[in-house]
Amino acid sequence: MGSYVPSTAGQRAEMLQAVGINTIEDLYAAVPQEMRIDAQPAQAGMSELEVADTLGRMAGKNRVFSSIFRGAGAYNHYIPSIVRRITSKEEFVTAYTPYQAEISQGILQSIFEYQSMICALTGMDVSNASVYDGATAAAEAAAMCRDRKRSRILISAAAHPMVRQTIQTYAWGANAEVAEIPVKDGRTDLEALKGMLQNTDAGVYLQQPNYFGVIEDAAAIAQAAHDAGAKLILGINPMAAALLQTPKEVGADIAVGEGQPLGMPLSFGGPYLGFMATSGALERKLPGRIVGETTDDRGNRCYVLTLQAREQHIRREKASSNICSNQALCAMTAAVYLAAMGPEGMKQAASQCYSKAHYLADALSRIPGFALTNSSPFFHEFVMTTPIDADLLLSKLEEAGILGGLPVEGGILWCATERNSKADIDQLIETVKEAVGA
Amino acid sequence: MNYPKELLYSASHEWVQKLDDTTAKIGLTDFAQHSLGDLVFVNLPEVGDDVACEETFCDVESVKAVSDVYCPVTGKVAAVNEELLDAPQKINEDPYGAWLAEISDISAFGELMDAAAYEAFCAKEEG
Amino acid sequence: MKLIFERSVAGRSCALLPECDVPQAALPQELARTQSLDLPELSEIDLSRHYTELCKQVHGVNDGFYPLGSCTMKYNPAVNEETCSLPGFTGIHPLQPVHTAQGCMEVLHTAEDLLCQVTGMDVMTFQPAAGAHGEYTGVLLIKAYHQSRGDTARNQIIVPDSAHGTNPATAAMAGFKVVNVPSGADGCVDLEALRKAVGPNTAGLMLTNPNTVGIFDKNILEITDIIHKAGGLNYYDGANLNAIMGTVRPGDMGFDVIHLNLHKTFATPHGGGGPGAGGVGCKEILKPFLPQNHVIKTENGFTFENAPQSIGSMKAFYGNFGVVVRALTYLLNLGMAGLREASQMAVLNANYMRVKLAPHCKIATDGICMHEFVMSLKDLLKETGVSAKDVAKAMLDYGMHPPTMYFPLIVEEALMIEPTETESKETLDEACNAIIEILAQAKQDPERVKATPHSTPIGRPDEVTAARNPRLRYQ
Repeated sequence: MGSYVPSTAGQRAEMLQAVGINTIEDLYAAVPQEMRIDAQPAQAGMSELEVADTLGRMAGKNRVFSSIFRGAGAYNHYIPSIVRRITSKEEFVTAYTPYQAEISQGILQSIFEYQSMICALTGMDVSNASVYDGATAAAEAAAMCRDRKRSRILISAAAHPMVRQTIQTYAWGANAEVAEIPVKDGRTDLEALKGMLQNTDAGVYLQQPNYFGVIEDAAAIAQAAHDAGAKLILGINPMAAALLQTPKEVGADIAVGEGQPLGMPLSFGGPYLGFMATSGALERKLPGRIVGETTDDRGNRCYVLTLQAREQHIRREKASSNICSNQALCAMTAAVYLAAMGPEGMKQAASQCYSKAHYLADALSRIPGFALTNSSPFFHEFVMTTPIDADLLLSKLEEAGILGGLPVEGGILWCATERNSKADIDQLIETVKEAVGA
Repeated sequence: MNYPKELLYSASHEWVQKLDDTTAKIGLTDFAQHSLGDLVFVNLPEVGDDVACEETFCDVESVKAVSDVYCPVTGKVAAVNEELLDAPQKINEDPYGAWLAEISDISAFGELMDAAAYEAFCAKEEG
Repeated sequence: MKLIFERSVAGRSCALLPECDVPQAALPQELARTQSLDLPELSEIDLSRHYTELCKQVHGVNDGFYPLGSCTMKYNPAVNEETCSLPGFTGIHPLQPVHTAQGCMEVLHTAEDLLCQVTGMDVMTFQPAAGAHGEYTGVLLIKAYHQSRGDTARNQIIVPDSAHGTNPATAAMAGFKVVNVPSGADGCVDLEALRKAVGPNTAGLMLTNPNTVGIFDKNILEITDIIHKAGGLNYYDGANLNAIMGTVRPGDMGFDVIHLNLHKTFATPHGGGGPGAGGVGCKEILKPFLPQNHVIKTENGFTFENAPQSIGSMKAFYGNFGVVVRALTYLLNLGMAGLREASQMAVLNANYMRVKLAPHCKIATDGICMHEFVMSLKDLLKETGVSAKDVAKAMLDYGMHPPTMYFPLIVEEALMIEPTETESKETLDEACNAIIEILAQAKQDPERVKATPHSTPIGRPDEVTAARNPRLRYQ
């Protein structure tokens, strides 16, 4: 029913005649009869009105929580209105990868600005134009660390489980080994790491803050990795990065992360944004598109895709990554978000995340049976014990319209952001008290 | 096109400058740099690498292509011209000065041509 | 044009957040960053004008004809943008209890069902975020299959030399040795060469059909059979699916695993380079190895299932969900009948352009093409010094995006044209006339063509300097 084909029946007949055939099926003469579907398929389409209603009904089957205290890799931040207004401009939305620089300066410059902002956030020297998400950014970074003599990657067990799995999947693909660094008191066990490191290890993956919300001693882990000749990949939360020591300051070789907090809606897990930044020394090992500044034949400053000979379309089986399409529009989203927030706005949002999470932790821990599972400093997430079954507690919260924390080993992983008002947090506390009978 | 008399040449357009019986410098010929166009990067081998005749031992990049460089001798990489990492255009500007690597412990040389033979070979390739 | 950083004025900002309404907690000093956070400082109007100016220097499908071969730049329907923006989708946390996300899971399940019908596959995952990511997933499924059978000698993937660069790059990334086999001039697989290439080390073949020269390889059943008999599996690169929907299915050609580019064939926008979505479909034999978190339907609604011998996670969560919503909207909107029509018209449009251009330049293949065709400007270059790139740049002055240049590699001075079904006859006529005019001008006044474009915001960029002295950020 729906159709986006503009040619009229008369025009189709003219075109068939021009091609020198009688029916449209004649175009498929090369397709062997034995595999051909000749019958017109029965299932007709829907009108736009019907399809909009159908999708609307599906969306209606989901529960949108107005009060969310769950993070674990996807964070509920406020998205300034200007972000969506700008990123839904049709020119940006409907363009392809900017291969033709002369008619793609808008996209190219926006990527260059994105790269610059990622460098500012991470303190690193060079950023690429994005990869699929934080997990694949970590896996691609692991590949960057490998050379002929070093291949194993050590992954902190305090990293996000899906990131760990993704690094593992990619490593299995590359016929490379991975090993897990144990956790002690909510943090990556530095002494255990030192004992594990070998001269064939390529890199260490550490998440900051880690999956349990804890702020790691990243500088010490970096030092240990470097002492063994391995590189440090630091997976960061870009919101926390506005306040925390930068990857550069702690000595990371590669900074990666999930860019979703920078203006992307939760959207059931995607599309999100993988960002990657590194030191100048590893610049040419970065995967994917990179935009650089140059001049045109009229002497104007302009932007192009550059260092392309690293990439799959030129290097083919010798390319270190096969990535082509990335998350360009999500990268633009992050850039608009960062520009709208500005340095002070980012610090303000990050500081509110920190303060609200600490207010929440403090209030929860006053309820008997709730206690932090470790004493390490945390950012905007933390694990707390629960006096009743976690699922039971969470279902009580759900009844009250609250998406509580995520059940994890040892308790519940809670999260607070600038979106959680004091009133919402107080409401949560009241509901929790009721549920546990305190 | 320039074909210095004192050098030897391979069919894959590398030049060889014999320093002594078991040591030589390797580079890309004028013909090679001309057909490759403006070079933007060179991936050099590592010092200590074992290299073998007619096997790839490094590659050079132009904006839209990457081309393998084949080693015209069998031996060990004794030195690489790190200057090229920052200035790959030296290969375009001065192909016979811009050596890629020095190979020592040479145990075999591939089939190499003298300047006159190589010049004729290139003329034929240009067709 | 100014960079956003050059518009920055210290002290400017957008007022976005309220004062903190809980007691301020302070991060311990030793954990705080000391590097300054050098983001631009702008008011909202600065930001709005900056990006409005940028968007005037972009050519999207909505700006004009975009016949970029192998990229299927069809029109992106507006309704898709509406459905994927519904708060009932955008507001859903990926780790919500499944009973509160049944609508999202229904989207994934329904899209899987419809796309399996289109492709002849048994099951599909949407975790891969793009085409290349889908390829990687598919080739890892092949790897897992052979490993599960203890068939560890199978370490080679066969790729024709006409293939897209991602195919060999993917196979290498998955730990395979790439065996290139030659193609004929029409891009079709050389059967003799293929027979010689297979053996006990063959893990599989990666192929697109129609091929990259725009021809349907009529030997396809024989090709896939050669691989199967050698113990390998067949991988279908879905880049060219837009030619054949409703007429023939990869599953019926003997393919075992396939990736789709939802951002090509199923009308979701490219966003200046992404996000895409790379659904991977496979036959029953590969199902045990699917990536984690596959949606299944049970008596109690939809739930996630982890395959017993899963290759693991390809990324976090379930893929580019918002892109799948758009693709599902398109699938339901067109229906199977509409998809068939879309493919037929894509092929008719390509053939119409081909016959109009054939008297003026060499087309790489004779006779009917599929949804795209390749012009070879080798003779033009020889005669006039005008290259395929020059002709492409001249097209910019006619307000259209150039075709894909210098691909496939087996055709010299290639320009690959894919008009798609959503362009009208008038647009095709205009484009053909423009190309014919450029070709004529190349013969009369080659220097003028070599000096194009003239009407674009910038002239030809110096890519050599960009690559030799990379400047990759504002400083």
